[in-house]
Amino acid sequence: MMEAEINLKRFLLNELKPKGKIFTVFNVVTLPIIIAGAFLIFYRIFYGLGATTNLSQSFPWGIWIGFDVMTGVAFAGGAYVLTFVVYILNAKKYHLIIRATVLNGFLAYVFYAGAIFLDLGRWWNILNPLIGNHFGVNSVLFLVAWHFLLYMIAEFIEFSPVIAEWLNLQKAKKVLSALTVGTVIFGITLSTLHQSGLGALVMMAKPNIHPLWYTEFIPILFFVSSIFAGLSMVIVESSISHKVFSEQLNEEHKKEVDDIILSLSRACAGALFGYFFLKLLVFIHGKHWVYIFSGMGLWYMVEVIGFVLFPCFLFLNGGRYRNLKVVRVAAVLSMVGIIINRFNYVFIAYKWYLPLSERYFPSISEIVITLAIVFAEIWVFRWIVNRMPVLREST
Amino acid sequence: MHSMDRVIKKRKGIKKSTDIKIGRRDFFRLTGSGVFGFMLCNLFGPKKSQGAEKEFYGVLCDTTRCIGCRACEFACAEANNHPSPDTEDKNIFDKKRDTTVKQWTVVNRYKTRAGDVFVKRQCMHCALPACVSACLVKAMRKREEGPVTWDKNCMGCRLCMFSCPFDIPKFEYESAYPTIEKCSMCWDRIKVGGYPACVMACPQEALLFGTKRDLIEEARTRIYKHPSKYYHYIFGEHEVGGTCWLYLSSVPFEEIGFRTDMGNTPLPEYTTGFLYSVPFVLVLWPLFLLAVNRITKRED
Repeated sequence: MMEAEINLKRFLLNELKPKGKIFTVFNVVTLPIIIAGAFLIFYRIFYGLGATTNLSQSFPWGIWIGFDVMTGVAFAGGAYVLTFVVYILNAKKYHLIIRATVLNGFLAYVFYAGAIFLDLGRWWNILNPLIGNHFGVNSVLFLVAWHFLLYMIAEFIEFSPVIAEWLNLQKAKKVLSALTVGTVIFGITLSTLHQSGLGALVMMAKPNIHPLWYTEFIPILFFVSSIFAGLSMVIVESSISHKVFSEQLNEEHKKEVDDIILSLSRACAGALFGYFFLKLLVFIHGKHWVYIFSGMGLWYMVEVIGFVLFPCFLFLNGGRYRNLKVVRVAAVLSMVGIIINRFNYVFIAYKWYLPLSERYFPSISEIVITLAIVFAEIWVFRWIVNRMPVLREST
Repeated sequence: MHSMDRVIKKRKGIKKSTDIKIGRRDFFRLTGSGVFGFMLCNLFGPKKSQGAEKEFYGVLCDTTRCIGCRACEFACAEANNHPSPDTEDKNIFDKKRDTTVKQWTVVNRYKTRAGDVFVKRQCMHCALPACVSACLVKAMRKREEGPVTWDKNCMGCRLCMFSCPFDIPKFEYESAYPTIEKCSMCWDRIKVGGYPACVMACPQEALLFGTKRDLIEEARTRIYKHPSKYYHYIFGEHEVGGTCWLYLSSVPFEEIGFRTDMGNTPLPEYTTGFLYSVPFVLVLWPLFLLAVNRITKRED
């Protein structure tokens, strides 16, 4: 027994050491940003939001909400979509990438949704909605907060068999694996509600949102867009990690992953078209063409045609001609489209009537901290993939 | 004429009129339709009011009477321990001012065809406030007397600011221990039978305190009596479901800095559709997913 414990300790200590080359381009670029971000986070905590952000009384939300939370959670949507495909539809083909996707989803929630901590002016009260001081049960944000927490737990349980396998705990792995389907069902339900809930969050600000973007279908649009946002993220993430971690995969796997990406690109095209169609319905039903010949109208067209319809077309094309490059470009474009869309709701189409001089532009600190969070997530992802059986075949 | 009070103390013996769409009970009924409210209504919901129902109080601000002396600003600062504004400084009207963390009410001057019009700004104390509905910890609360107040259990998420159609809640960005600051309609005074500081300070009786029902009646009477003096509209009677503060003006309200495009629907109503759907998704979605899982299961 003692020996086993000592072995485990030795094993963990050994695993903590860095693996692979230290002075890579990625490390040299990202490490200074992570360190700078860490310092700025302290600065934000001790000197307040005014000292670090360009937020104002007119624009209470910036990129920490618009990118980290709103966009980050949409990008993390790949986890619930793929668990649906693998564990609910029982499409085994996609099992190959499920672990990496769930891990990525879980880390995205921890880091990006965790960034809400920075944005909260009175962060020391963050537990209040959980411990009942007080329960604001009528608030959409109350629902979203609870769902974030519960979903993080669900994702952790979904990923936990991998950790058990890493620690060579066979019995625990069996027990945890048995929880998967139940947790997946719970997780998909939570995702459906909080992905759309993030949209419902902005709906009370109707007088402040440009009519081209305001519709009673915002929650549905947010939900549908999280499908292709999540899948695009999966495409980009697996394209990169199968290059970076290629020594963990054999040739057959690589081929299969390419095949999966091509299938996902068709799914993305479908989701994007559905989304575009909903947008079109809202546009026609709301007689929105009266707004189209204005600056905001043009901006709307850029979003809907340039970053919804165009990537939809590219996904279709790339899928049909088995062109992975085109698919990757499409994935990046649709992700940019999501960023634009969420920014619109938070600070671009929001209070569109204010002059440029009173508008919000992110500060350097806000951008550095955001980048630091993204890079830190990638570091942790890499650390785990290099140690746990995420990509490589399970034993 | 001297009997014209700052305060309408008694109802004038008129039974419920239909002018006021939202009373206290409707307020709770509408906002009580939350997520878990659906299931936990009896546990956390408001207790059914017993006996006499209180009515929301409010203030009628007659801009045709205001002379821009800013005594209300001074009284507000005094009542809330804020730095006193320099009321002698008349140049201050050259720029439009917004309320701030340390100044919950400001008077602005608008040059209109009817001459200079002075308009006091502060929280409108909506009947169905978006800020209250937005708050996930009930730090923003609609009190039964009418005021919307802020409490220290706030997390500082600023969804109240994001949702407010009047841009009223102000956040203390410069502090590491920030608070949300806005007019409380002097709730601490009202709840013990007192009146808001600004109302008591006004030398022109431009501010009138009373129940919203009485204030609307009074506002109508003024318009009927002096039809050429007033623009025939009471701002706040219906805006975003009605507000506790009401305004009378000699010119259209767009000309004195009011938004008139925000509609009459209470803002929380825009999220009720979503909130109502939550329990259904929560119950039906897992059943559906489980069914699909069973159907697609292949024999190994």
